[in-house]
Amino acid sequence: MGILEVNGVGKNFGGLKALSNVNLSVKENTVHAIIGPNGAGKSTLLNCLVGKLIPDTGTVTFAGQSVLGRKPHQINQMGISRVFQTPEIFTHLTVMENVLIPCFARRDGSFRMHAFETVANEHDIVEQAEAMLKDVKMLDKRHMLAANLSRGDKRRLEMAMCLVQEPKLLLLDEPTAGMARADTNNTIDLLKEIKASRPITMAIIEHDMHVVFSLAERITVMAQGTPLVEDTPDNIKGHPKVREAYLGEAQV
Amino acid sequence: MFGLDRKDTVFMLIVVVIALSAPILLNPWPAASQMAQFNAGYPDLMQRFVVYGIFAIGFNILFGLTGYLSFGHAAFLGVGSYAAVWMFKLLSMNIIPAILLSMVVAGLFALVIGYVSLRRSGIYFSILTLAFAQMSFNMAYSVLTPLTNGETGLQLALDDPRILDAANTTNSLPVTNLFGAEMRSSVTWNVGGWSFDFSVGYYVCAVIMLIAFYTSVRIFRSPFGMMLRAVKSNQQRLNYTGINSRPYTLAAFVISGMYAGLAGGLLAAMDPLAGAERMQWTASGEVVLMTILGGAGTLIGPFLGAGFIKYCENIFSKINDQILHQWFALLPDWLENTLVTVLHPFIGKGWHLTLGLIFMLVVVFLPGGLVEGWNRITGLFRRKPKAKPSATTEPAE
Repeated sequence: MGILEVNGVGKNFGGLKALSNVNLSVKENTVHAIIGPNGAGKSTLLNCLVGKLIPDTGTVTFAGQSVLGRKPHQINQMGISRVFQTPEIFTHLTVMENVLIPCFARRDGSFRMHAFETVANEHDIVEQAEAMLKDVKMLDKRHMLAANLSRGDKRRLEMAMCLVQEPKLLLLDEPTAGMARADTNNTIDLLKEIKASRPITMAIIEHDMHVVFSLAERITVMAQGTPLVEDTPDNIKGHPKVREAYLGEAQV
Repeated sequence: MFGLDRKDTVFMLIVVVIALSAPILLNPWPAASQMAQFNAGYPDLMQRFVVYGIFAIGFNILFGLTGYLSFGHAAFLGVGSYAAVWMFKLLSMNIIPAILLSMVVAGLFALVIGYVSLRRSGIYFSILTLAFAQMSFNMAYSVLTPLTNGETGLQLALDDPRILDAANTTNSLPVTNLFGAEMRSSVTWNVGGWSFDFSVGYYVCAVIMLIAFYTSVRIFRSPFGMMLRAVKSNQQRLNYTGINSRPYTLAAFVISGMYAGLAGGLLAAMDPLAGAERMQWTASGEVVLMTILGGAGTLIGPFLGAGFIKYCENIFSKINDQILHQWFALLPDWLENTLVTVLHPFIGKGWHLTLGLIFMLVVVFLPGGLVEGWNRITGLFRRKPKAKPSATTEPAE
């Protein structure tokens, strides 16, 4: 029994079958990659996991509880954090404030009327945020406006915002999309470090095979809205069905 | 001090000093001089500065922090005024219960309107609030006449019960007071050619404004305020960070509604009558103008904007052709007449044109409002000392 269980999930957009009968089981403390060609339904599946979309059929359970019908903030409070394809951060706020908000969310829950406290006086929270920024090597940028960060730094900041909540499951939607090779390698190192330093489960959607094969312990290959195969990276590399559907001629 | 850091404390103290010495600062010209008409230091106008300042400070908590543009805030102002006048009619001429009730009623009203309107964001939210405010205005005008006295407006009457006050034996309407100190009483201080009015009404408003301003500074610096700014910046990320943005925006809406109710209550406390026109959409638009003109999202900006607009409204509108002729009397006749003709549309009843042009200029060249203008000016002076040391070190090298 995995920490995340997806059973028979289907989703239609009008006449288009985006997902049909998806079964997926992500084991605790593993890195699970979901790969597949464009339009395979990877992002739709992710959106069903975080409450952005509600599947037409099937069930999604996380740590034994159903996530269906819950709002995104409730699902986050259960312990699922998500990194988006393009970094979603608070661009009008400073780097420090960006990390403080998830710290408050973790301590105070989804709403608290703390209108007469002062952010600077919340020493525990500030220390926590500073430690996180130090971990991702952004402490010197803490007073910068997040909008002025480089793309790589924005990605790192978003990752820090997710990690500071100490989620049980981290969902990554193409964490290296549009990155140069050097940045991609930095991201891989960062993710490896994260994985090594704490108990965490990761589900990664990724196009870059280099990233997938250096991180993943299990791989699910999706095509046309349904999982094709699920196996270890070594077996996936040589799987004929996968080569045909996804890796294609480019891999030869 | 008071939970503020050093910079905010200094800032707060400056505001306190300015607010308390406003009757002197706003009367820079001797009473008999030509320029006396630019003096703004009379109680009526100063009260309006401060009361609309409170209104704008509250509006800024919603619009400046969360970015939700409400076009119906005047409804809360009007509701506050009606509540206060009813308190004067039924309970007592003391302004404390009136002001408290106006805040409570406006807060409840904001809770209902906010609960419905905040289901949408952006333009739809603005339209919903506008619709609610217009509905309130029209109802105050027509169906709710028993409560609001329709077109005439709600006024005091001699035979009102006023259960807490002693029976009114005089044959004139009682006046609003704070434990006996009448709002309209004032002390005039004549020094040289100058004449300064210190009125009870103004100081009551000023102290309440300072409390309101202090509260807004605390909200800006609190985790709550940070969440509100996060709503404006990226609501999606906020939701995926485990924060439910709805109660935060609703709380901000209710708080700013209570500020508006407080302002409405104070208006009634200074002059105990309430009319439906206070709820009209032009009044809602005015507070939007004030906030943007001064600088949305800044602490002092909305207050500056409110002061600026109220100053224009009361001072520019008083200048007429005759005064212009006096100013240009020294010029040759043809030039004098041309200048007066050219300036005519901008003064007197045309003050809206002047205000409109200023607003356009501010929005185009200073999107951050008057506060941005101030920051740019101080920035110019700050850069100079930095440039000097480098200029002196260069020759040494």
